[in-house]
Amino acid sequence: MDKNVRQSKKSWMTKEILTNAIRDSFKKLNPKEMIKNPVMFVVEVGFIITLVLTVFPDLLEKNGNALYNGIVSAILLVTILFANFAEAVAEGRGKAQAESMKKTKKDTPAKLLDKNGNVKILNSNEIKKGDIVLCETGDIIPNDGEVIEGLAFVDESAITGESAPVIKEAGGDFSSVTGGTRIKSDRLKIRITATPGQSFLDRMISLVEGASRHKTPNETALTTVLVSLTMIFLIVVAALYPMADYTGVRISVSTLIALLVCLIPTTIGGLLSAIGIAGMDRVTRFNVIAMSGKAVEACGDVDTMILDKTGTITFGNRLAAEFIPVGRATRETIARFALIASLKDETPEGRSVIELAARQGINIDKSEYDKAENVEFTSQTRMSGLNLPSGAQVRKGASDTIQNHVTGLGGVIPKDLQSSVDKVSRLGGTPLVVCIDREIMGVIYLKDTVKPGLVQRFERLRQIGIKTIMCTGDNPLTAQTIAKEAGVDDFIAECKPEDKIDVIKREQAEGRLVAMTGDGTNDAPALAQADVGLAMNSGTTAAKEAANMVDLDSDPTKIIEVVEIGKQLLITRGSLTTFSIANDVAKYFAIIPAMFTIAVPQMNVLNVMGLSTPQSAILSALIFNAAIIPALIPIAMRGVKYKPMSAQAMLAKNMLIYGLGGMIVPFAGIKLIDILINPILKALNLG
Amino acid sequence: MGIIQIIITLALLAVLVIPAGKYIFNVITGGKSFIDPVFDRVDSLIYKVTGVKRSEMGWKQYAISLLVTNLVMTLLVYLIFRLQGHLGFNPNKNGSMEPFLAFNTAISFITNTNLQHYSGEWGLSHLSQLAAITFLMFTSAASGFAAAAAFMRGLAGKTKNAGNFFVDLIRITTRILLPISMVITLLLVWQGVPQTLSGNQTVTTIEGTLQDIPLGPVAVLESIKHLGTNGGGFFGANSSHPFENPTPLANLVEILSMMLLPASLVYTFGLMLKNKKQSRVIFAAMAILFLTALPVCYLAEQAGNPALSAAGLNQAMGNLEGKEVRFGIAQSALFTTVTTAFTTGAVNNMHDSLTPLGGLAALGQMMLNVVFGGKGVGFMNMIMYAILAVFLCGLMVGRTPEFLGKKIEGKEMKLIALAILVHPFIILIPSAIALVTGPGLAGITNPGFHGLSQVLYEFTSAAANNGSGFEGLADNSLFWNFSTGLVMFFGRYISMIALLAVSGSLAAKREVPVGIGTFKTDNKLFTFILIAVVLIVGALTFFPAISLGPVAEHLTLGK
Repeated sequence: MDKNVRQSKKSWMTKEILTNAIRDSFKKLNPKEMIKNPVMFVVEVGFIITLVLTVFPDLLEKNGNALYNGIVSAILLVTILFANFAEAVAEGRGKAQAESMKKTKKDTPAKLLDKNGNVKILNSNEIKKGDIVLCETGDIIPNDGEVIEGLAFVDESAITGESAPVIKEAGGDFSSVTGGTRIKSDRLKIRITATPGQSFLDRMISLVEGASRHKTPNETALTTVLVSLTMIFLIVVAALYPMADYTGVRISVSTLIALLVCLIPTTIGGLLSAIGIAGMDRVTRFNVIAMSGKAVEACGDVDTMILDKTGTITFGNRLAAEFIPVGRATRETIARFALIASLKDETPEGRSVIELAARQGINIDKSEYDKAENVEFTSQTRMSGLNLPSGAQVRKGASDTIQNHVTGLGGVIPKDLQSSVDKVSRLGGTPLVVCIDREIMGVIYLKDTVKPGLVQRFERLRQIGIKTIMCTGDNPLTAQTIAKEAGVDDFIAECKPEDKIDVIKREQAEGRLVAMTGDGTNDAPALAQADVGLAMNSGTTAAKEAANMVDLDSDPTKIIEVVEIGKQLLITRGSLTTFSIANDVAKYFAIIPAMFTIAVPQMNVLNVMGLSTPQSAILSALIFNAAIIPALIPIAMRGVKYKPMSAQAMLAKNMLIYGLGGMIVPFAGIKLIDILINPILKALNLG
Repeated sequence: MGIIQIIITLALLAVLVIPAGKYIFNVITGGKSFIDPVFDRVDSLIYKVTGVKRSEMGWKQYAISLLVTNLVMTLLVYLIFRLQGHLGFNPNKNGSMEPFLAFNTAISFITNTNLQHYSGEWGLSHLSQLAAITFLMFTSAASGFAAAAAFMRGLAGKTKNAGNFFVDLIRITTRILLPISMVITLLLVWQGVPQTLSGNQTVTTIEGTLQDIPLGPVAVLESIKHLGTNGGGFFGANSSHPFENPTPLANLVEILSMMLLPASLVYTFGLMLKNKKQSRVIFAAMAILFLTALPVCYLAEQAGNPALSAAGLNQAMGNLEGKEVRFGIAQSALFTTVTTAFTTGAVNNMHDSLTPLGGLAALGQMMLNVVFGGKGVGFMNMIMYAILAVFLCGLMVGRTPEFLGKKIEGKEMKLIALAILVHPFIILIPSAIALVTGPGLAGITNPGFHGLSQVLYEFTSAAANNGSGFEGLADNSLFWNFSTGLVMFFGRYISMIALLAVSGSLAAKREVPVGIGTFKTDNKLFTFILIAVVLIVGALTFFPAISLGPVAEHLTLGK
């Protein structure tokens, strides 16, 4: 994804998308395209009939009104165009993004290695699966593959948008490379694992372009209901004609078609595919590629989330959390000496000691220690520290190492040391003991730290009823400490890859849908077993293939947001369906009295909106029906506002806005349109 | 006074619903009851004689058993009607039925509709009244009830099977329908309903003219007619005839027996689910719709006919045209509302003579076909709307919609879409055809808006398997016999089978655990959503037709 696309994250509409969408709205009028959307196809048929009746007003009835038929016909055309426009806008962003991806997928020369190690220059699309290629600084990797030899920095910005290069090396979890990415330095021997045209980038392009879009299960079910409602209203309108005729009420064909179009669920029918595409697009903009719309939809149903501890919940680095003095030392002295011992320690642990000391208000003059000798950690000494100019030796290290060091110098071990060390271990932390010369000052409590903001996110998940399970290779005690701190609901300690599959299967057997993230090869079976599997782009090809989503930023916590996007997609679809169907009440009350008032003047008591004339009432309802589609496009694109809350609260809230609102809004809207168009209709002699 | 009569009746029902619901639960789940010592022997004998195996059936096998059994009974009864003139028990020497009337009548009674295009007095022998009509009144009610039992088993999801149709049919007949109708028969005989095999008595009136007094085995038919929500009268005048419904007390018994089983079945559903709150929601939705229709009918009839007021006639007594003075406005309006809500179809007044709005209340409830409804069917339809409501609104909580712990997906929605489509289709399209064809128009006796109401009422009553008639329609003709015969058939079986398929499909699914993210369907909010969906999807469909029929008639009356 290139920069331009990333920058337009906030707005769903750009000038380019707009112009393309307008053009596409007309292209989509092709009946062959329209039939895919049965509800709007009915509108198109209505449009054609009324168009014919505009030209030949007396074709089906006596004294047909060409002008009136023409207006109905025009509004119907606009209705279809609005629906097409919604879909085109939703597709537009994906297309723009796909264009920019295609640019990186130009045909490039590739260096094929034959059995004898000779290089042959071929076009990248001639490289077959199983071929071995050589890629050197500046080369574009021709297709997806596994590194079999070498180590190199690879620029993956073409796919991830992230400009910092990543290390790729043979073996292990960083051995997979993606076609279209560029070698920044060094060289790699790569075995190609994809056939031309089916690389990850190709699939991504077709996914964001919407070319491989299939209706999701829920969308199919909803379409069934919408078609059934459309058929019911076809029956209603077809039966109305003879009934009206029998009772001496004359209804023009255009009016019947107007009634039909108002009653069939055009609002949701016109927006349905746009909602689905936009939902997928929101995931894409989040730099996650979903392999299908079904996967995004499944996100909404997730009941259980399985998260790795290291890298997902915690940073994975152990950071200083507390200084515990022992013997005669005070809290202040241990902090001071821990700080001194870490002054030249560049490891994350060392830096965290300095930060913690600073937070506790320990100030030392660093220049004093400039001349001190740095004693680095080695596997032999297993401790680090400083030799001060004064001759004093400050050290920090594992408990037994420091104890040996101190007793070796003739020092005494403070009695409370062991209990402090044990306490830290019990909490799942790592104890580092600090000493100066022969005296032990205390213990640094190194702790695995939960990423900021995660506690709140887990709380959000709990509010929407999602259970979180943490997997870790740690012992149960450590696991429990982190689980409690992060606020996950459950944890599995000493977790092996196969344990994860067991947990997933257990949850699924209880009827729950499970989401998980993973990157390593041994995560692949679990990713495949999970209902929603999010693989890291940095991970192995096996993991990416097993998953149904890939996070290009390789941020495992994203699964939480992706689930929320899935929910939001379903909520948006449900809300607009409810709104669309609730609209019918007002439309009935606009059109039915209008149809019958001429023949039965008393019917005007049903004209609760007080619409001025029958024609005005019918046309107002029809215009409202058309106008509501573009009015709702922003909601369809952005999704209904989502805040985590219980299903009950969410239902009540959305029912109020979209259910009750859906009943009231059209009453006001139709009345307003009536006031606006009535003078025009009068002028046209239609009132 | 009228209102008090209505309140007392409804209060009595409220008292009866819970024990009756528990008893039904016992019967359909194979539990023990006090009546076992007698009926276990009867049942074993039936099983032995018929060779019924009591193994569990899947929903398909269940549905096929129901259909085949119903088909065999229909053919049998058709033959009885066609041959009744030669078969005995025919003291009044009534002739055999002509083919299309026999076709219509056989379907009418097997489908629990009881649309009658004949009058019992001249149309049926005593043999037909007993071996055909009364027989089908038991079996059609038991069939509908059995279907509902299988449907509930699927929804409760404890087993993947639907039960055994024959066991259900037999147990429901011997444990519920037979014993209760025996009690009702005795009550009715006590109130003066005849029960005899003798024929018409010719008497000399005080004016000296001769009059035929029709007699027959009325009481047995009358009891199951209401208890099984059948509604077909022994006489043409149905429950307004003094021998079918002689006293206000008999009227009360008949109203209560119509309501008893369909209302109690909803309570049974709660017991099946082990979730009484869920059944309360369904019951409340039905009750609210019923209590909306009832005052419309009562007040419209009480208000009388504006055309007569305009002509200077006092309407203080209400619209008494077509009503029995012994029942008055209240008991007539209550009977009308109950018979159309609980899709019985018995009438104690002339529905054609109802005021347009009174008739609308009756018509509307049949169009909805979910306000308690007949044996099992109204209940199944209400659940169908509940599933639709869950599907349409359930997405708003951000999950694939679930009902009773099962996901509602494409397969179920296809079946539901079919079931929802059938009802308006078989009402509106035949009505439209009747209005443009000569034989159809020939039946209309009161042209104009009322004529449209007559046609709509006839097909709605047939489609909802109600059976009451706007009796003004001259309906014993080839067109009407054939068309309503088909409508009754499709109205009964398409949705029944589609919904059994839905329950079978749901039963096979894995249950989704209920959590804070679950869309709850057992609370007040869902009651309102359910009613709104019923009204918007079910009622508005008929709004154009109703506007041209009863509404237009009302608005133009007396002006």
